[in-house]
Amino acid sequence: MVEPLYPRDRSWHPAAHFPDYKSSIYRSPQKPLIKAPPSQNEDSGPVFGHDMLGPLDNDLIRNFAAPGELAIGPRMIVHGRVLDENARPVPGALIEIWQANAGGRYRHAKEGYLAPLDPNFGGCGRMISADDGTYRFMTVQPGPYPWPNGPNSWRPAHIHFSVFGHSFAQRLITQMYFEGDPLIQLCPIVRAISDPMAIDQLTARLDMEATAPMDALAYHFDIILRGRGSTPFENRPEGN
Amino acid sequence: MAAKRLKESPSQTAGPYVHIGCTPNFAGIKGVYDGDPGAKMLTDTVEGERITVTGTVFDGQGAPLTDALIEIWQADALGRFGTMNSGFTGWGRCPADQSTGAWRFDTVRPGASSVGAAHIIFWIVARGINVGLHTRMYFPDDPLLDSDPLLSLIEGARRETLIAKEVSPTVFQFDIHLQGAGETVFLDV
Ligand SMILES: [Fe+2]
Repeated sequence: MVEPLYPRDRSWHPAAHFPDYKSSIYRSPQKPLIKAPPSQNEDSGPVFGHDMLGPLDNDLIRNFAAPGELAIGPRMIVHGRVLDENARPVPGALIEIWQANAGGRYRHAKEGYLAPLDPNFGGCGRMISADDGTYRFMTVQPGPYPWPNGPNSWRPAHIHFSVFGHSFAQRLITQMYFEGDPLIQLCPIVRAISDPMAIDQLTARLDMEATAPMDALAYHFDIILRGRGSTPFENRPEGN
Repeated sequence: MAAKRLKESPSQTAGPYVHIGCTPNFAGIKGVYDGDPGAKMLTDTVEGERITVTGTVFDGQGAPLTDALIEIWQADALGRFGTMNSGFTGWGRCPADQSTGAWRFDTVRPGASSVGAAHIIFWIVARGINVGLHTRMYFPDDPLLDSDPLLSLIEGARRETLIAKEVSPTVFQFDIHLQGAGETVFLDV
């Protein structure tokens, strides 16, 4: 018998309604969530095979570039592990990322920032975590960008992550920030998370050990998905 | 000794450009992935009654979300989740139309599971949604509705928010309201 997933700790997640982030005002449910009876329906999910991936899917510097060309910007490795709340590796997780280019501009029809597009940068990448839960992307450092929230709102540099573990109930979309970025504390999307340690968990660390000399800096970012168990645990938050 | 437990990574909004990462071909970023994951649920060999499920997500002012991403997860025609019956994974992903907000899945009608009425599980993300929203869609003509363990927890008027409208015998409409009098029931799963 498979043990149930731990309940999601809603106090660790951002508030649904956070008026400083204007888009949340009319898009946040006002009524409490209904606790679904235990069911294996939500607690199951599709399996993603490595055969769905192309050889450049996790290389954003080259996967949209013309032959022989490279995306512009500081070269960067983003790597880490997908773990569950019991600190066990989660193999076979589908990790999809998207980001602005080095100037802070997205390749999207609704994007209007005056920073230029990079003809060799699409902005998407994906990977499936290995048996030990590890994943690795090559990309360029995304730029910060202004957005229409307040009169002068800027997003800290970030990479969006969509993570699909083994269960639809583990489904997660989040954002990865960069250690030392002063814009993190100013951002209402970030500040919808009330616990500074939870924000710290989304902040990637410079990882000199993993740097490729004369090639690319490395940042380390672990992703934690819901784990299973029926025994009470001591909650001890950990950052990356 | 208490076991050490990590905290789940906190969610953040998918933002307005979720399509770049999750449905790049839809976003016009061609040639990186062969196709968009979850775009096609059916193959010629999938067994079961073909149905279309369509709808729109609305905000608290009644405006359609034109930047939402919808994912569904469901049983096959025999009520089994994740069996890969004739190539049917049971998982679909669809971006809302960028002008109307409508989304649509061509799938098979799921069979009832051992514990309740047949349903399709939904997950909705978008700009302004800080934590992805889970809900379920049930079928209006299903005699098992009254004995479903989830539906029996929800009082009458709110219960209706989880039941699709039959447009035709093979087309079901499931509009999702994030706020207001008809706010959809969202689930902590
Ligand atoms: Fe972004």
